[in-house]
Amino acid sequence: MSGYEGLWGYMVLVLVGFLPADIWRLLGVLVGSGVDEESEILVWVRAVATAVLAGVIAKIVFFAPGSLAGVPLSVRLAAIACGFLAFVLVRRSVFAGVATGEVVLVAAGFLLTQ
Amino acid sequence: MSSDANPVLLSTVSAFLAGLRASFLSVFVFVLVGTYVGIAALAHDYGFSLGWIIASTVLVWAGPSQVILISALGAGATLLETAIAVGLSCVRFLPMVVALLPLVRGPQTRTRDLLLPAHFTAASMWVESFRLLPSVPRERRVAYCNGLGLGFMLSAQVGSVIGYYLTASLPPLLTAATLFLTPMSFLVSTVRNARSLTDRLALVLGLIVCPILVYYQIGLDLMWTGIIAGTLAYGVHRLRRARR
Repeated sequence: MSGYEGLWGYMVLVLVGFLPADIWRLLGVLVGSGVDEESEILVWVRAVATAVLAGVIAKIVFFAPGSLAGVPLSVRLAAIACGFLAFVLVRRSVFAGVATGEVVLVAAGFLLTQ
Repeated sequence: MSSDANPVLLSTVSAFLAGLRASFLSVFVFVLVGTYVGIAALAHDYGFSLGWIIASTVLVWAGPSQVILISALGAGATLLETAIAVGLSCVRFLPMVVALLPLVRGPQTRTRDLLLPAHFTAASMWVESFRLLPSVPRERRVAYCNGLGLGFMLSAQVGSVIGYYLTASLPPLLTAATLFLTPMSFLVSTVRNARSLTDRLALVLGLIVCPILVYYQIGLDLMWTGIIAGTLAYGVHRLRRARR
């Protein structure tokens, strides 16, 4: 149980999901064309946003939630590396990367947990 | 898809429908369904209801931020910590909206008409707007964007329903595979979207910094990852420019 059932769960969603997300979109509308896309502050903002995303990826792979934790860390790392390699080799195809990573995860997970 | 680019969009409704149709023909449908299968599987694992997951997609509409939201709340983070992490992960929407609006806005467009396209702004809609909007008449672009955004959101909801019920009925290894969709698809799509060296460096540094912070149990790890890795990458950008 998440502890966020019923009305309280939806209130939490608005408070810590909707508001922190849409405040930036609203600011984007209000700021409008006042900000140059190539300005220094936006270069930094984009770098921070990208790093947060990288943090999310690393956290799920290293400190896996739920049943993903049942797959050994070595397999998770091998799968994401193979997926990335396939993405690079197959014309930067997102589909090739994801499909390869998934196949490696399931195949290696199956062999190692039998 | 030449019909996506039909220059004679008669009314607001037909522009909206054209946007909707374009979304279902986009390659992002597969990415979105796959991503949201993973997100719903994750949320199911943490005990969230399907209704809550669907509402989170309508309200937040940002795959990576929803993963942060779900994993932070699910792992027992405080509300303040969760809000900061979600907020930081959404800062990227400010420059995205700023960059997109000049393309969406027409001479008659009121600011409040731009709120819905701004809410629909996410990686998928943003990328496809730049590809598709130039061939749409300017006065119909808001409606077209809303159709595009709603279509993408519907695809995501289909993925959520599939993911939620799949993970409840699958053997553990295949549930793990649905959870793995999120980091795998985010990694490759982020690399594809990271055009500048600064963004790529921020990605690599973030991948390294975050596990270290988590290992040493430093609180607000995602926020610090963003600030430390993002600022380091930005510093390298400044150094490189100063040397030129």
